[in-house]
Amino acid sequence: MREINSEKIKEVVKKLCIEANCHLPQDMKARIDECRECEKWAPAQEILDRIIENYGIADKNNVPICQDTGVACVFLEIGQDVHVLGDIKEAVNQGVREGYTEGYLRKSVVKDPIDRVNTGDNTPAMIYYDIVPGDELKITVAPKGFGSENMSQIKMLKPSDGLQGVKDFVLKVVEDAGPNPCPPIVVGVGIGGTFDKAAYLAKKALMRPVNVRNNEKFYADLENELLDMINALGIGPQGFGGKTTALAVNIEKMPTHIAGLPVAVNINCHVTRHKTEVL
Amino acid sequence: MEKRITTPLTREQARELKSGDSVLISGVIYTARDAAHKRLVELVKQGKELPLDIKDSIIYYVGPTPAKEGQPIGSAGPTTSYRMDAYSPTLIEQGETGMIGKGKRNAEVIEAMKKHGAVYFGAIGGCGALLSNCVTKAEVIAYEDLGAEAIRRLEVKDLPVVVIIDSEGNNLYETGRNKYLESLNK
Repeated sequence: MREINSEKIKEVVKKLCIEANCHLPQDMKARIDECRECEKWAPAQEILDRIIENYGIADKNNVPICQDTGVACVFLEIGQDVHVLGDIKEAVNQGVREGYTEGYLRKSVVKDPIDRVNTGDNTPAMIYYDIVPGDELKITVAPKGFGSENMSQIKMLKPSDGLQGVKDFVLKVVEDAGPNPCPPIVVGVGIGGTFDKAAYLAKKALMRPVNVRNNEKFYADLENELLDMINALGIGPQGFGGKTTALAVNIEKMPTHIAGLPVAVNINCHVTRHKTEVL
Repeated sequence: MEKRITTPLTREQARELKSGDSVLISGVIYTARDAAHKRLVELVKQGKELPLDIKDSIIYYVGPTPAKEGQPIGSAGPTTSYRMDAYSPTLIEQGETGMIGKGKRNAEVIEAMKKHGAVYFGAIGGCGALLSNCVTKAEVIAYEDLGAEAIRRLEVKDLPVVVIIDSEGNNLYETGRNKYLESLNK
């Protein structure tokens, strides 16, 4: 049994909250730069230039890339040979509390969805626990903005809807979203499982770097095909027209019931942020 | 074409701005998001005075990050506008002539814009670090309890926006996309 102190977890979560919000991951930067090179429509080029300028300013000045510093989604992959000393959930929330306060990040969480009073410190985090083999603890902090989260959808397709039904639904979600989620977007797709697992997979898909395709060829090809279809819609950066509507489509899938074909689409913006550290 | 405006923005000036125009805004603008809009519209319904000068005003849909020492404001890009659709027609009726946000608006908002003379500007979503450079001064003037959602009086210099929907209802989200798609067939 390897022991990890919850104080260490708190410190790492705090640091990751600040770093994730101020520094866009390298894969995202490279992909945006690449799309700028391929974009031929002048108004779209201009917006991509501003987006590139913006992440540069955030890097240089250590300020949030976007004012929506999100709800803190925290993924914990806990090795089964790890023993955490202290309260792991409280450690994560304390890390978020300190990170969002000391990092000058926006507090965007309300305590009750109807009553809507701000908690004042961006807690609670949305925590996803996974038990894995080994004696390490992997922590990923992904601040999730709600302009794009609000444009996400889930549908329980029929098995007879098949692959075509999946493609149609993904395109419908992107079309419905239009300019709202700050395109160019990253599209996370979860296929299979149950109602809730499909949504989880879609979120999990957004954690994969945009330059890494699904490790099964069928789904890697589907990711490329859907990306081409989305980028033929013409929505473009900010919805003013252009090729660059999406930067990537990431799909995760799992087994499901004989009667079902759940599909969830979790949209993320051009500020798709996440940072990971392994303890 | 690129235009420069200095607030206040009269209804006549608002009517001169056309969908697709690039505009640099200077002067005083106000911030308000969901919660502040709800309170403002409640005040209007009760016939009470608003905490800001709504006549010929521009409201920016933004909840900034906290300012670091020595800075007037933190990152300050636009939030998605459709959440304000339920409230905007009332504020336009009260004299608001400009809204800055991102994303679609509903038919009621566009009708109110046409009827009274108002424009809907888009700022680049997700570029809060860049846009904050245009804010020279920020001050909370109402609803401090709302934190990031409080109403702020901002002084801005050359804030870059685009007219998405003009006072005739022309919509850049439709025309821009169509022009791009047509260009592919040429």
